Amino acid sequence: MLGKLGVTALYLGVLGVTACLLSSCSPGAIIVAAGPDAQARIQAALIAAKPGQTVQLGEGKFDLQDGLSLDVANVKLIGAGPEKTILSFKAQTGAGEGLMVTSDGVTLEGFAVEDTRGDGIKSKGADNITYRNLRVEWTGGPKTDNGAYGIYPVESENVLIEKIVVRGSSDAGIYVGQSRNIIVRNSLAEQNVAGIEIENSINADVYDNVTQGNTAGILVFDLPGLPQVGGGNVRIANNKSINNNLANFGKPGAIVSSVPKGVGLIVMANKGVWVENNEFAGNDTSHVLVVAYQYKDIDDARYNPLPRDIAIRQNQFGPGGTAPDGPLAPLAPAVGGKLPDVLWDGATRWTLKAVSGTSEKSDVVKIQMRHDGPSSYLNLNVPMVGADLRTAQPNMDLPKGDGVALPDFVPISLPQDTPAKR
Amino acid sequence: MNMNFALVVAGLVLGSCAPKQGVQDRVILAKKPPEKLSAYGLFADAGATIPSPRVTPYVLNTALFSDYADKRRYVYVPQGQTISYKAEGAFAFPVGSVLVKTFEYPAKLGDAAAPVRTLETRLLVRTRDGWEGRPYIWNREGTEAILTPVGGPINVQVHDRQDKLLNIAYRVPNQNQCKTCHLSAGQISPIGPSAASLNRSFSYASGVQNQITQWTKMGLLTGAPDPAGAPKNADFSNIALSPEARARSWLDMNCGHCHKPDGSASNTGLFLTASTTDPSHLGIGRRPVSAGKGSGDLLFDVVPGKPEESILYHRITSTEAGVAMPELGRSLVHEEAVAVIREWIAEME
Repeated sequence: MLGKLGVTALYLGVLGVTACLLSSCSPGAIIVAAGPDAQARIQAALIAAKPGQTVQLGEGKFDLQDGLSLDVANVKLIGAGPEKTILSFKAQTGAGEGLMVTSDGVTLEGFAVEDTRGDGIKSKGADNITYRNLRVEWTGGPKTDNGAYGIYPVESENVLIEKIVVRGSSDAGIYVGQSRNIIVRNSLAEQNVAGIEIENSINADVYDNVTQGNTAGILVFDLPGLPQVGGGNVRIANNKSINNNLANFGKPGAIVSSVPKGVGLIVMANKGVWVENNEFAGNDTSHVLVVAYQYKDIDDARYNPLPRDIAIRQNQFGPGGTAPDGPLAPLAPAVGGKLPDVLWDGATRWTLKAVSGTSEKSDVVKIQMRHDGPSSYLNLNVPMVGADLRTAQPNMDLPKGDGVALPDFVPISLPQDTPAKR
Repeated sequence: MNMNFALVVAGLVLGSCAPKQGVQDRVILAKKPPEKLSAYGLFADAGATIPSPRVTPYVLNTALFSDYADKRRYVYVPQGQTISYKAEGAFAFPVGSVLVKTFEYPAKLGDAAAPVRTLETRLLVRTRDGWEGRPYIWNREGTEAILTPVGGPINVQVHDRQDKLLNIAYRVPNQNQCKTCHLSAGQISPIGPSAASLNRSFSYASGVQNQITQWTKMGLLTGAPDPAGAPKNADFSNIALSPEARARSWLDMNCGHCHKPDGSASNTGLFLTASTTDPSHLGIGRRPVSAGKGSGDLLFDVVPGKPEESILYHRITSTEAGVAMPELGRSLVHEEAVAVIREWIAEME
């Protein structure tokens, strides 16, 4: 589009972008070396790239002052590795993120994005996207002024995220929002408020990741009032979620700022979440929280605030729950000083506030727990969604359910992740 | 104007490369956009202030704030073609149409007699494959503008209305960023030329006339009703109007292009178009989802009666990247708008 072909030669010449002459790069790639004027040179390459072309970033540090954006389909943006090719946004003065992708079929691979003012890498409405072997980091450590999300695909179908390192996000390190068909694997999220978050998304497989040293390790959330509500068919498998006890440094307005520190996994709302073969240890509040949306008077008739069809199977639970934070802290003395490995809030009813008036709703909650090793469980048994936790009357009961067995997780396959491409 | 006229005369006297007269349809529709703005023939002078025949100036009821830059807008439709009226959204333009927007600063803001520095001219060209955004940046002399798809920073110094020196870190958006604002249902679309925005008078050489009426009279526009029967955005600058009318009109033009169900900020569920009525979509009592640190220390987008506690207000008063809204094209605070939005939220029950 936009007559790019015609002006390509102009950019290439004027801006010192050279065609690929090295044997190590893909044929026909546009090479951008580190050095002065990186902003204009990278952006020129991202505009000039033809569909399917590779833009290769050289080794070294690229100092950027503004956001970069890519809007050409099937482009591969490839660096020399996440410790070698560094896009530094320390001097950024504009745009809401470091790199924005709005085209389909894009692959981002082998570079680092550091110190963006807002989000790290965002892709919106960008289907079939691959994020691979990237690092997004706020190098000053966890700070409230850091950007919200490290990796941020939203409103997209077929999202593959693998071999990512994210540190320092003031919201979620890897955040997938309002999307469909998602794989997050082999990644490390540490020192973020939330390590990995799947929000208002359908069909997600999160496996073989490590979330450590965050406020909370993994979040599976569904929130009201967004264009896509009704998240579900999410599997959290073979992850290590350990020592997530970082003080919450999110801005109070962000939903995650209400998350207590010391949590391995929170499932909030959603229908169909399978938590299998994970290792949880050293999370001081509780390893797994299964809770309803936390606010009263829901005004979205499409939305169900309850976590439904939740399977928690064959996980390993190490030490934890011994120093609970936030609203759960006062409960601990009543249950022997330590919160259990798995905690359900017990809500099955909520109020829907509509123009026509307020009505009460309810739904069936099923939670299946099956463990090879020892584990503990508590039902807070709160009367309603959004109820004050002081009204909890804890017991050990699992939800009654309806006698119908839980369905199985429906596996996810992505077009960009065929075995040949792995 | 006098200076520009002098340049025209100089150009004619030198006469070395007299351009072809009038708008060049062939250039507009060529696969390769021209490097120089002058190649389109949209203007009769080198400073692009005297439109060629069939290039028609227009104004909007309320415009996007761009760091206090002045904007000149023109529409061109090929001979024999017409724009189709639509009550909602941008009109439908025929292939070969061009929308021209030139950004410039007088040395003193609001001073019509002050010398003018022209920064950039953005074209939206209706090609056979849809709309294309093409940013042209002017040389320092203001005699030619060059296609610059990567955009870039321009440091501008002007005096404000109180004669205080303003250092403006002006940014020409890159070609992709055009799409951020101009995206509608997955396609690039104009924002300004809608019935609601154009429904006002303009001072033509032939006299003052409503723009919709004039475009119809000129044969540019078909299917338009009498302006009285067309939607009309409030004029933000009209202080006789209510804060609500002015605020909603400003939000529509400054935020609504992204914050709408098929815009770039669709995922937020915060919709700020003039036609939004649902209080939650307008942000009232709404908790942000992806605002991150942009939320400040605040919990809700809009808290009735409390502008200081409203994230929307917080973000339009910030100039920090990652907090400031809109995200693009603003490095200064639009003080007049902030005052009106403040009043609107304060009055809200």
